[in-house]
Amino acid sequence: MTYAVWFDDYRPAFAGRVGGKCASLGEMTGAGLPVPPGFAITTDAHRAACAGMEPRLRALLAGCDPQDTAGLAAASAQARALVEECGVPADVRAQVLAAYAELGRRCGTPDVPVAVRSSATCEDSPEASFAGEHDTYLWVCGADDVLTAVSRCWSSLFTERAIAYRQRMGLAEDGAAMSVAVQKMVRPTAAGVAFTLNPHDGDRSQIAIDASWGFGEAVVAGEVTPDNYLVDKVLFEITRRTVSDKTTEYRLAANGRGVERCPVPDERRTVPCLDDEEITAVARLARRAEKHYGHPQDVEWAVDADLPAGERVLMLQSRPETVWSKRRPASISAGAASGYASIVSTLVSPLHGRRT
Amino acid sequence: MSEARFPGPFEIETPPGAEGWQELYGYSAVFSEDRREYEDSMFWFHDGVHWPTVLTPWDATFFEYAIATLSQYNTRHYLIPPALGIDARIVNGYGYLSPVGVTDPAEIEARVPHFLERAGHYFSNWDDLYDKWLVKMRALVGEMESIRFEALPEKEELEVITEGHGTGAGLTLMTSYHKVVDLGFKLWQYHFEFLNLGYAAYLDFFGFCKQAFPSIPDLAIAKMVAGVEVDLFRPDDELKKLARLAVELGLDDAFADADRPDVLEERLRGSDEGRRWLAAWGEAAEPWFNFSTGSGFYHSDRIWIEHRDIPFGFIRDYAAKLREGADLARPLEEIRAERDRIVSEYSELLASDEDRAAFAEKIGLARVVFPYVENHNFYVEHWAHSILWRKMRQLGRVLVKEGFCEAEDDVFYFKRNEIPDALWDMYQAWAVGVTPRGPAYWPKEIERRRGIVAALEQWSPPPALGTPPETITEPFTIMLWGITTESVAGWLSAGETGDTGELTGMAASPGVVEGPARVIFSPAQINEVQDGEVLVAPLTAPSWAPIFGKIGATVTDVGGMMSHAAIVCREYGLPAVTGTAFGTKRIKTGQRIRVDGNTGTVTVLD
Repeated sequence: MTYAVWFDDYRPAFAGRVGGKCASLGEMTGAGLPVPPGFAITTDAHRAACAGMEPRLRALLAGCDPQDTAGLAAASAQARALVEECGVPADVRAQVLAAYAELGRRCGTPDVPVAVRSSATCEDSPEASFAGEHDTYLWVCGADDVLTAVSRCWSSLFTERAIAYRQRMGLAEDGAAMSVAVQKMVRPTAAGVAFTLNPHDGDRSQIAIDASWGFGEAVVAGEVTPDNYLVDKVLFEITRRTVSDKTTEYRLAANGRGVERCPVPDERRTVPCLDDEEITAVARLARRAEKHYGHPQDVEWAVDADLPAGERVLMLQSRPETVWSKRRPASISAGAASGYASIVSTLVSPLHGRRT
Repeated sequence: MSEARFPGPFEIETPPGAEGWQELYGYSAVFSEDRREYEDSMFWFHDGVHWPTVLTPWDATFFEYAIATLSQYNTRHYLIPPALGIDARIVNGYGYLSPVGVTDPAEIEARVPHFLERAGHYFSNWDDLYDKWLVKMRALVGEMESIRFEALPEKEELEVITEGHGTGAGLTLMTSYHKVVDLGFKLWQYHFEFLNLGYAAYLDFFGFCKQAFPSIPDLAIAKMVAGVEVDLFRPDDELKKLARLAVELGLDDAFADADRPDVLEERLRGSDEGRRWLAAWGEAAEPWFNFSTGSGFYHSDRIWIEHRDIPFGFIRDYAAKLREGADLARPLEEIRAERDRIVSEYSELLASDEDRAAFAEKIGLARVVFPYVENHNFYVEHWAHSILWRKMRQLGRVLVKEGFCEAEDDVFYFKRNEIPDALWDMYQAWAVGVTPRGPAYWPKEIERRRGIVAALEQWSPPPALGTPPETITEPFTIMLWGITTESVAGWLSAGETGDTGELTGMAASPGVVEGPARVIFSPAQINEVQDGEVLVAPLTAPSWAPIFGKIGATVTDVGGMMSHAAIVCREYGLPAVTGTAFGTKRIKTGQRIRVDGNTGTVTVLD
């Protein structure tokens, strides 16, 4: 049984076994997008680890009332402990460690720092959004820590939010399985998200970028007011820029293990965290992802200052944009005057006059 | 802010030394108590796009012709539903305009069918009518060229007798002047035959794009419509061709004498290669170097063909670049491919096939009409005006010969309608065989007027007069002058807050550049501009393109997205912010400034 699938080896046939996030990383790698290297640990590994545990887990969660916060917390803690105590089975362990060692060789860094991220699948509802519901471990170094992080990602299938969500949606507990992404960690000067439309008005010609100092977590979690840019996706011109007072950033911890949340030093707070070239590079990347998927995207990106100029912007994740994409875009020509009559309306009410 | 207003037209004071300036212009061109109630009720803006400096009395001619013919087409030819014409006044020598709208909705409604019938005819037959226009224009230019002013002869030629002409040189002189005035008027009729309709179709496409993509840069819309081979770029292309020929023939050394065109030409005449080059020059010069260094609206604007040091200097610089291995050719195929890419990407981003069809229809019409918008400027303001200025100077020489004035350019200190009187004086005395009054009257008067104009030049015109409307909706104000509710608010607040170190204008051509500023006020100063400087000027003319390779960016006081300068800046990839209103006042030569052509802001860094 293959438990580790490299992003470069990814094929759509693996989709069911690697979860949405890993599938997306694999697909982006295959499309030539600049994704940091790494591999997926398949759901088979998770199932192997939890083999025989299902009846106990089912029993724990069966009587659980999503309204009962205390009860839910207790059930979650017990379920997670159960999964983590089992650890990683030997054959899975061997494959994961071999892949991790190979990643270190590819990056030229033994014990290469990696991000270990949950990549859940749910057979009943492949489109259900689990964003932020499962664990992610940043800047994990060395074989032991990687294995611990993997095990915790598995157990994060039983966070309170995840349990409550499945119960609310009426999803079966055994339908859920967890894949894990192990990916070379970048140490970004700045990071953030990009939407391939303007989230305020649905303008499809624009890419909206939120950017802040350090790791992207501060932006994703909404812990900072990021710099905000709007870039035209055809001309790649910056059409609007708002530089914010960025108070918080996530940096590599002083002990070199994990990341920590810190205040941004005063002298950097109101300084733009991207230069124009980087802004445009982020926009181009987001546009490539959109073109690849043929659908508006919500992209996570980071700027790695260690890479050569022109290649510093990396893609961490790309998801379909869901808010505007679900609406039927309003046709502007329907019901409007056409031909020369439209010129009359334009003259009677020129746009600049209307806008104020 | 609703209280905020500009000084009223009757609150403007005459600058010291300019007393009596009103006499330099037509009685109906100035504000007067007779129409005060109406004039006070209107909002007037200074047209610095076309008339940035003081008008001498005769130069007011084209100001009056242009604005009146524009009006005539809106009001009487096409019945533009919401717009009548644009009223014009001269204040302290500067031109001010006030668009007159149709306010009664019933009247707007009543004009619509007429507009659709009349404008519709033009839109449907545009190419044929434009071909006709080109033929008419060339015929008009031919007529202008045929005008000749000659001093009155001591005695009529014998063939006047033997061929039985039955008329004399006095009538010819008088008729020639009437021809200048009438053909100039005709020229301006032609100018506006298409222009407003062209802008209207463009604006319709513009509005559609903004509705579909609220944040689309104005520039993207301009790029989708822009022509690839445009007559306005021809003069510069011809210079490059001549530079290439000079290099091929090994003549570029001779261009060290570019500043002394007579010496340079003498030297070129001395060799076969040189004569070959001069022949090529002659072919390009007519008509393409009838190209003004200004807007073409001032007799003082220098014209390439008459100031050969200017094109020779550009050719010298281009030849040097060619020697360094530069490829000066405009990559037409690339420009075309890029334009197609932009159009197809925006089209794909539209919400529905129905929208894509509407987009295709509108861009189709915009592209049909746009060549006129881009090209007419060369034919009218550059080529035909150059001829008329030359003919007027010819007349000036006749006036000098008869002692009516001291220099040929003094002719521009006569009002348009005073010249027939002066010519009558000259003719009548010639006919009788006595002395005209003119030599005793005009030189003195012209000296006085020169003093007044000099005093007016010291005055800076406020951007507008009177109380602005709450929103600017008049389509031509927006289209032709780029004046919007926002820009008027900007002028008002700039007046209040004074120097903030930041100026805003139109993002006319993209890119961000920092560099030392070079502030110049007239085309004559263009030689002062050094490599890497940021040019700051009241406005720039298309004929400045050859220095665009030298400078980092451009900032102008006036002009919109579609100003001729903006079209050329985009073509040359030069960041530009236009319409800052106060650029030349706030920025000093040598200050470091940052020009952001993406957002339309200029920051003084020092």
